Amino acid sequence: MIAEGGLAALWIAAAMALVQLVLGGSAARSGAEELMRATRKIAVVQGLLALGAFLTLILLFVQSDMSVLLVATNSHSAKPLIYKIAGAWGNHEGSMLLWVTVLGVAGAGVAIFEKRLDGKTLAATLAAQAVLALGFYAFLLLASNPFLRLDPPAPDGQGLNPLLQDPGLAFHPPTLYLGYVGLSVAFSFAVGALLTRQIGPAFARAMRPWVLGAWFFLTIGITAGSYWAYYELGWGGWWFWDPVENASLMPWLAATALLHSVTVLATRDGLRAWTLMLAVVAFSMSMIGTFLVRSGILVSVHAFAVDPTRGTFILALLAIYIGGALALFGARVGTVTQGSTFQLVSREGALVLNNLLLCVILGVVFIGTLYPLVAQAMGQQLSVGAPFFNAASVPVALALVVATMAGPMLKWRKDQWGALGRKMMLPAAAMVTIVVVLLVAMPGTPIVPLLGLVAAAGLAVASIVPLLGRKLRRTPIHIYGMVLAHLGVAVAIAGMASDTAFKQERLAAVRVGETVAVGSFKAKLTEIRPIIGENWSALEATLSIRRNDGDPFRLQPQQRYFSQPVTTTSEAAISTMIDGQLYTVLGASDGQGRYQIRMWWKPFVTFIWLGGFMIAFGGLLAMVGRIRREMRSEDEAE
Amino acid sequence: MRRVLIWAPLGFFALVFALVMTGLLAPSDRAVKSAMVGKPVPGFVLPALVPGKPGVNSAAFADGKPRLINVFASWCVPCIAEAPQLMKLKQQGVEIVGVATADTPEDMANFLKTAGDPFAAIGDDRIRKVQFALGSAGVPESFVIDGSGKIVMQHIGYIGPQDMPKILAALAGVQP
Amino acid sequence: MVLAPQALADSRLPPPPLAYTQLQDPKQEAVAKALMESLRCLVCQGQSIADSDAEMAGNMRAEVREQVQAGKSPGEIRAWLVDRYGDYVTYDPPFNWLTAPLWLTPILLIAIGLFVARRSFGKDEAFGKEEAE
Repeated sequence: MIAEGGLAALWIAAAMALVQLVLGGSAARSGAEELMRATRKIAVVQGLLALGAFLTLILLFVQSDMSVLLVATNSHSAKPLIYKIAGAWGNHEGSMLLWVTVLGVAGAGVAIFEKRLDGKTLAATLAAQAVLALGFYAFLLLASNPFLRLDPPAPDGQGLNPLLQDPGLAFHPPTLYLGYVGLSVAFSFAVGALLTRQIGPAFARAMRPWVLGAWFFLTIGITAGSYWAYYELGWGGWWFWDPVENASLMPWLAATALLHSVTVLATRDGLRAWTLMLAVVAFSMSMIGTFLVRSGILVSVHAFAVDPTRGTFILALLAIYIGGALALFGARVGTVTQGSTFQLVSREGALVLNNLLLCVILGVVFIGTLYPLVAQAMGQQLSVGAPFFNAASVPVALALVVATMAGPMLKWRKDQWGALGRKMMLPAAAMVTIVVVLLVAMPGTPIVPLLGLVAAAGLAVASIVPLLGRKLRRTPIHIYGMVLAHLGVAVAIAGMASDTAFKQERLAAVRVGETVAVGSFKAKLTEIRPIIGENWSALEATLSIRRNDGDPFRLQPQQRYFSQPVTTTSEAAISTMIDGQLYTVLGASDGQGRYQIRMWWKPFVTFIWLGGFMIAFGGLLAMVGRIRREMRSEDEAE
Repeated sequence: MRRVLIWAPLGFFALVFALVMTGLLAPSDRAVKSAMVGKPVPGFVLPALVPGKPGVNSAAFADGKPRLINVFASWCVPCIAEAPQLMKLKQQGVEIVGVATADTPEDMANFLKTAGDPFAAIGDDRIRKVQFALGSAGVPESFVIDGSGKIVMQHIGYIGPQDMPKILAALAGVQP
Repeated sequence: MVLAPQALADSRLPPPPLAYTQLQDPKQEAVAKALMESLRCLVCQGQSIADSDAEMAGNMRAEVREQVQAGKSPGEIRAWLVDRYGDYVTYDPPFNWLTAPLWLTPILLIAIGLFVARRSFGKDEAFGKEEAE
């Protein structure tokens, strides 16, 4: 009965979405107060119903109800509770239900909290949100019902792929979904504003917290995903330009551009059409990313829940939403009047440059990711990988760092080159210092990481400059958010450059008792022993390691064998130090008593993810600061 | 100009949509094809793997007789599935040259005992040097060599009954 | 049961030494490493041979290291592989008629971007005049 309840909730939620579309649509046209109030209420009910359906599914997984097909194929009664819960969205149907739930709850959030936006635009926004939701409800109810029964019930479940029983994988997808769906709210705002032609600071302020929130989750998702790949794939790489990684990077790039342009719109009423465009593009990139991942159209090392037929459905939805929004943009934006204008040397000017460069990187990633399909259409086989992406995006990224240094130092509307020059003295001094230090101390540093380190040093200093001369306690929270995020960019770049330039690698085949050295470390292989885990067996090496003449410590990398499905994974053992990580992996035996040991000394590699989290929390601070400010100004208005 | 700019995103999206649609509808052929088809067999000499069966010297291939090079291994399950077809080819007088990938004499002897032995020669390609030289990306794979020592066809995956006419035609020198 | 067209399992042979050990000469090893990072593993789901545990990737690493040791340049080794597997094997697409649009993407995008941005700054002078009046 529980499953049927969930299904019923889903159907009623879909019906509510339809009502929301009709009511919202007519409210947007007539502006009638009652219709608007009703639309808001319906949006809340729709969100609650979707949430109810999702909680029902989680309950079924927790209870291990094997009469439900989805539970039987994806769970097992003996699984730890946390993975039972995560199992609910660790599959196609459940993840789609999660998606629509977050969409519904976000819609309810808009309906409850959004008070400043004019009523018509809000109604149109909720109607757009309903259209998005309806597509996903149709997908769920017609093509991927998560509550389908199994008759007779299975004796027990087929379990979740043991490889997927990993905290990283359990919470990585939902984090990205929160980001994607946050962008869908921005998309709905843009569509609503296009319909009512009300594009100005009020619209931008309404949209901004959603963009910041989405951006926070996307940043967390990408950062955590990168670290997961780093320790799981066993070769010390943290970014592979894989299609699935690119699929998450593209919405992030678009969202980053959007949150900067929305600031111009909110503060100075400029970049109206451009901001609308970015809002559409950002959500489009999440949809296209999801499609690329799900359809299996591109080969990826992180393939998850791949199914080409469902790919077709997502593609159809994507065509309707994106095609529709872009057509609406084309039809309406001609009548959107130009916002305020500004001079080249101004905060706006720097933000435009930021947007331009971010969009170039986005374009490079997009075209590079899809280009193998172009070749395939021409009957050729082609691979586009790191050499292309690095060559095409790193120079642009370095230019972007320079723009990021200058932006916060510039005044809105109009500034002088001279004034900017004076403020840039401090970061410039930092950059010169780093160049000198590196040329003297590390003469062989390759040019690209060298530029990266220089850019990072400049940005680190420049990002603090906006705080100089301010009364720190009276500085708004969102300024701190910006400072933290920009500082995070500098930290992350420093980590990437440092690892690229200074990492040391040692691959060796050694017997027990022999020693391998990498950097200032000496590792002695003291033992190889078999161990048995829950659903795997493993060989574990014990390495006794000393740094120079320091105290010895142990690392125990494993080579794990899973029987279902037959898989071998390398479980790296990593020691984190203040100045980097020692990364050790146990490989196969050479059949003559020697074992392969892979070791890397990766100086300051942790800065990559530290920087990533700083960026994310910078976004969160900015969001909290903006919301508090809006609430205060509301109180004053009342 | 402004009009063009306004509608450009929709146009670009339509292009992308068409591209992705063709990618989705086209049969997803993920096999990595050899670029050696149409070129002469690269020169290689492989020692014998099992006793009583000669190794392979590709210099001997330009003797006017077409051949089939079969890249295979005893540890490869689909290789067992194609064994009956290879036996049939042998019965029809086709010379099959085996390139044994990363294999041991004992495993191979067992494999030949259970799956049958259609091979005129089996070369020991321990570290896949010849496999790489042929542009082969997995086992099993088969290459049809014409009498002049040129690679005329690559077959990726196991040879099933349905593949026989194609293989025989290529061996007979019929252009596909 | 549907048979996989090609074997998914690995052999029982240990990998050749150069698959998992470095070249003696650090300069040669650096050259080999950079090259391996740009070569695609043929049996993996989109990984370079430098970071794959697949057996075939190991064999190919050994092949690359051997050829580097024998004094071949990275360009020659890449060409040798492309001759056998086509452009699929290299992650660094060659510049030709098919890939020209790909390689020109960044320049093209910057040009378009500057054009669009210039338009929005074009109104700027009018704004400046208004201010002055």
